[in-house]
Amino acid sequence: MSAMAQEPVAVSMLGLPGLAVLWILTLLAFGVFGWRVRQLVGLVRKGRPENRFDQPVKRVLHVVKNVFLQPRIFNEPAIGLPHFLIFWGFVLYVVCFNWGLVRGMFPVLPVPYPDEVGVVALFLDVFAVVVLAALLAAAVRRAFFAPPHLHLSADANLILVWIGILMLSSLFGGTFRVAAEGARSSVWAPFGSLLVPLVSGLPAGQAEGLARAMWWVHTFGVLGFLVYLPYSKHLHLLASPFNVLFGSLRPAGDLDIAGAAEESAAGAAKWYEFTWKQLLGGFSCAECGRCDRACPATNSGFPLEPQQIIQKLKKHALEAGLAKPGREAAALIGGVVAEAEIWACTTCMSCMERCAVLNEQIPSIVQMRRHLVGEGAVEKTLQDMLANLNRYGNSFGKSDRMRAKWTQPLATKIKDARKEPAEYLWYVGDYASYDPRVEDITRKTAEILQQSGVDFGLLYEGERSAGNDVRRVGEEGLFEMLRDRNLQVLEKAQFKTIVTTDPHTYNTLKNEYRWNGREIAILHYTELLDRLLKQGRLPLKKRLAGRVTYHDPCYLGRYNGIYDPPRRLLSGLGLELVEMPRSRNRSYCCGAGGGRIWMEDVPGIKERPAESRIREVARLPGVSTLVVSCPKDIAMFRDAVKTTDNEGKIVVKDLAELVWEAMQG
Amino acid sequence: MTMANGVLILAEHLRGEVADITYEMLGAGRKLADALQAPLHVAVIGRGAGSVSSGLGLADAVFVVETPESEVPSAATIARLLGGLIEQKQEAIVLLGWTNLSMGVGSILSARSGLPFVNFCRSVRAEGGALVVTSQLFGGKILSDVRLADGRGIVGVSAGAHPADAGRSDRAPTVETVTLAAQAPVVDFKRFIEPEADDVDITKQDVLVAVGRGIQTRDNIELAEDLAATMGGAVCGSRPVVDQGWMALSRQVGKSGMSVKPRLYLALGISGAPEHVEGMQGSQTIIAVNTDAAAPIFDVAKYGARMDVLELLPLLTEKIKARRG
Amino acid sequence: MNLFVLLKTVPDTVEELTVAADGVSLDAEWLRFKLSDSDEHALEQALLLKEKHGGTVTVVAMDAPELDESLFMAFAKGADRVVKLAGDLAAVQSFSAARLFAEFLKGSGQPLSADTLILLRSQAMDDLEGEIGPFLADLLGLPYVGVVTSVQPEGGSVTVSKEFAGGLRGELSCAMPAVLGIQSAEKPPRYVPIAKVRAAMKSSKLETIDVTPAGAPARFPVEKLYKPESAGRAEMLEGTPEEVADRLVDLLANQSLIQRGR
Repeated sequence: MSAMAQEPVAVSMLGLPGLAVLWILTLLAFGVFGWRVRQLVGLVRKGRPENRFDQPVKRVLHVVKNVFLQPRIFNEPAIGLPHFLIFWGFVLYVVCFNWGLVRGMFPVLPVPYPDEVGVVALFLDVFAVVVLAALLAAAVRRAFFAPPHLHLSADANLILVWIGILMLSSLFGGTFRVAAEGARSSVWAPFGSLLVPLVSGLPAGQAEGLARAMWWVHTFGVLGFLVYLPYSKHLHLLASPFNVLFGSLRPAGDLDIAGAAEESAAGAAKWYEFTWKQLLGGFSCAECGRCDRACPATNSGFPLEPQQIIQKLKKHALEAGLAKPGREAAALIGGVVAEAEIWACTTCMSCMERCAVLNEQIPSIVQMRRHLVGEGAVEKTLQDMLANLNRYGNSFGKSDRMRAKWTQPLATKIKDARKEPAEYLWYVGDYASYDPRVEDITRKTAEILQQSGVDFGLLYEGERSAGNDVRRVGEEGLFEMLRDRNLQVLEKAQFKTIVTTDPHTYNTLKNEYRWNGREIAILHYTELLDRLLKQGRLPLKKRLAGRVTYHDPCYLGRYNGIYDPPRRLLSGLGLELVEMPRSRNRSYCCGAGGGRIWMEDVPGIKERPAESRIREVARLPGVSTLVVSCPKDIAMFRDAVKTTDNEGKIVVKDLAELVWEAMQG
Repeated sequence: MTMANGVLILAEHLRGEVADITYEMLGAGRKLADALQAPLHVAVIGRGAGSVSSGLGLADAVFVVETPESEVPSAATIARLLGGLIEQKQEAIVLLGWTNLSMGVGSILSARSGLPFVNFCRSVRAEGGALVVTSQLFGGKILSDVRLADGRGIVGVSAGAHPADAGRSDRAPTVETVTLAAQAPVVDFKRFIEPEADDVDITKQDVLVAVGRGIQTRDNIELAEDLAATMGGAVCGSRPVVDQGWMALSRQVGKSGMSVKPRLYLALGISGAPEHVEGMQGSQTIIAVNTDAAAPIFDVAKYGARMDVLELLPLLTEKIKARRG
Repeated sequence: MNLFVLLKTVPDTVEELTVAADGVSLDAEWLRFKLSDSDEHALEQALLLKEKHGGTVTVVAMDAPELDESLFMAFAKGADRVVKLAGDLAAVQSFSAARLFAEFLKGSGQPLSADTLILLRSQAMDDLEGEIGPFLADLLGLPYVGVVTSVQPEGGSVTVSKEFAGGLRGELSCAMPAVLGIQSAEKPPRYVPIAKVRAAMKSSKLETIDVTPAGAPARFPVEKLYKPESAGRAEMLEGTPEEVADRLVDLLANQSLIQRGR
């Protein structure tokens, strides 16, 4: 590719030499951009501290995976590839722009312009078209096939047009340069060359002038974009890589805020009471709506939209944090965000699982819940539950002495792990112990373990709720009290492994209880049964037949990655598993989590999460059994079977019930 | 007829209507008075007291004490007037109802007269010269016996412990208007606050589907409404359900609520605390469903099932529909 | 406003209650105690009045097992002063208790101010001697209204609404100071997070005053306590929900209760 016949900057604009104009505009643009970014960084830094600076190597690799390779973007195929291409096109163009800018500002540098280097020009040319095609795809999607909750803003449309102009100016720049040399095409500008026939009538001088004009259009465009960027949603370009860099490397099921446990216990009501990472999330949000589309609360008609939680916090921080003194900003909780939104969350984590910039919606919601609990602004049914948990250690309001009543009908008494050592400590949990609908399943589980020769024991009346949902409801003080007390009891017992019935119990024992160096393994009962199956210790007497489907519990699957043991068990029993469309990490919450099973239903709900799930089961051909592995799922889904008129058509069974069935001769 | 050491009942009345508990006490009082060979008297205190005496003929005499200055005299006023009556007529035993209306009368009267006051009475009998009062404590889970050795005392009678029919009589009572020294009321009764009108009067229903805490959520009440509609009845509830705001006050059954006597009372997820039971135990057939086998409701119900209401309700509705054809 | 709240604990009926070997008391082995519902409402009503009209809330209670947690909870909810009356109080019943509280309230020697309200539970399920409120009011020479569901002080008097039966209520008024038995507060009792109660346990001071009951702790002895015989218990229907529902339908049909419907 030949050198530019004349420097793009060797022109006059408004009586000023081009170089001067370039310098002035560059300084202005970078100045405004820098000022605004500094303002925003200052705002974010006013948030509470949080230690996200550990394990730097792991963090960098995290960025390489989630920003450069961005696998989550591909979860929505229509926009996956286009965005990936726009992203990499952008990276290329940013590099080349800065190169060109420096060269333009310092004409003395013995460095060619980027499009004077053949290979680079080729990349620029090809990517211009690729990006244009991707932009078109994005625009068509936005215009005609917009998925719900995709924020259709003028901002977004403007950006598409703006980038389009940048690509076109680059592309036509190539076209005019080829025309100016009198050539018909250039191997370094294959697509630009295709447009040469359109401009073939131009005299060389004019083509040259237009080529330079394209350079300026492009430069103005980028400098303008630079100024606009920190005021638009496109700030996500800058913020999201850092969002990922400072992302959580701890298990999602651990709500401890590293380095700020004490202050965080009181929750957050003002923007600066959130951590800097939570504030950064607002600027990283690309307003794509994936979280909303996945959220069971949103889909049921609750007032909660995870995207709005992030956006509202950002808007509130901007309004209140940058407010002139004397001007009152609207309150966050009760003003910008309604209390009903905060309580609607089931903490299922679908939002965080899908978010392409790895935002963390749930910790922000829990922070606000902690504040509301601190104010006592808690609905009556939830209050009663918390009072029961405090007083009796269970949400049923039944005496703690009755916790092991379910064991009475058993033929063989179960070891008391408080008095004798056992290999496994079975942490049964509230629902499996007290709920009359589930008691039977708990007994069957006991029989399975007994007949498999497992050495296990119970804490009997010593067991209390492990507190997973207490924490998620925002009653941090009660959670700590339960945790401390349970640890005290567990410390005295001798065992190697804990087995839990409930995935919620599993989550908090595994991720939030501190064992002080004691080596303990924690298993969900499906993991234990899977192990027994592998070891040939499950005394199965017959094979079961039929097609079933399996619901992955949120706290077992999405939170803790346990998908396969239950599936191996089902296949080991002889059952044919038909997966639901929303399975594994896309499993659709039953609606019980986050304390919602303790709260009243909200009027105006179109369809409860559990009902949606049952209807999903009903659409599977030949499947009439839904298999679950969480006691709350039993309660929620059996109810939903009735309310969706599927009684007699769909049956909900716990995995333990099926194993037990297979053990009967 | 001996004039000393009589049994005096405080009649309970409001807005011209005599409450059932008055008749319950009359029935019990008659038995007691006969056993003691003592007269049975009724005190009717209030404005327009004279006009409500007609059904009280089972007693030997009805003492009417008008309180023109107060439509509903306060507990302190009633206690003072009762005290005056006791002195004048030399009563030994006073029966009054443990109700919202009479609450406080027993305590104040006891403080002033020195007579012991025994509350929550389910039954009272004479033994030798003593009075033995059996009371229910802790929501009926424990009973107590108190022996008043000198046979004198004030007894607070729980509603529903005795049959009301035993106290009714066609006999015209002997009415005596008693004038006692007036005193300016310390508590002024201003006005009645009517409950919000509901489209349904649960006291007139044949079938009532009652829900308690066992219904768990407001939404589940719909299941009870389905059943009620299928059976041509109405839904009502115990206090906790109404307190939650899940049901109108006019649907509350019990001490502070309505007293109902339907042909069928389905008590679903209701534990059966006395405050509720007193409002529905007159029902012809009571069927109770509760997960707690020891719930006191099973003591008043004819049939019971120990299971989760939420499991049973839809099945029951479905089967009744099917049976109806 | 000068607000007093008198609290007491009652046996928690979530546990099975049994009679002790002596036949006149409850078996203490599994006995647990908590504030009665009515007590919670009395405290809440006092706090609401303080929020609306200003003033102080003083909580007074007779020492009893498991009382302290409720007292610290009262602090955490906003009580200004919490006083425990300590002594040989296990046998004290309503009348004697009223005397102790009356002594405390008269203790300063000054008559109670015209903006004083003494709030307590309307009734408790172990008030064998009667409700304490009317006793107390009589001893202090103050007006008493029970079964109260709303409290509006104004000037030197207070207007309250009281529950009758059938959902009917009445509006009454009397001069202050007065004693009110609260059936339910205008709002349900507020929630206070455990963290605040624990903080109160560390930072707040319970005042303890030693008292000796004057006269007999009870006006009459209890001759015996016993569990009721379940005479006439329900015929229990056994089986799965399906089976039970079938049986019920049969029963109802036999009684001609299945004929109508909309």
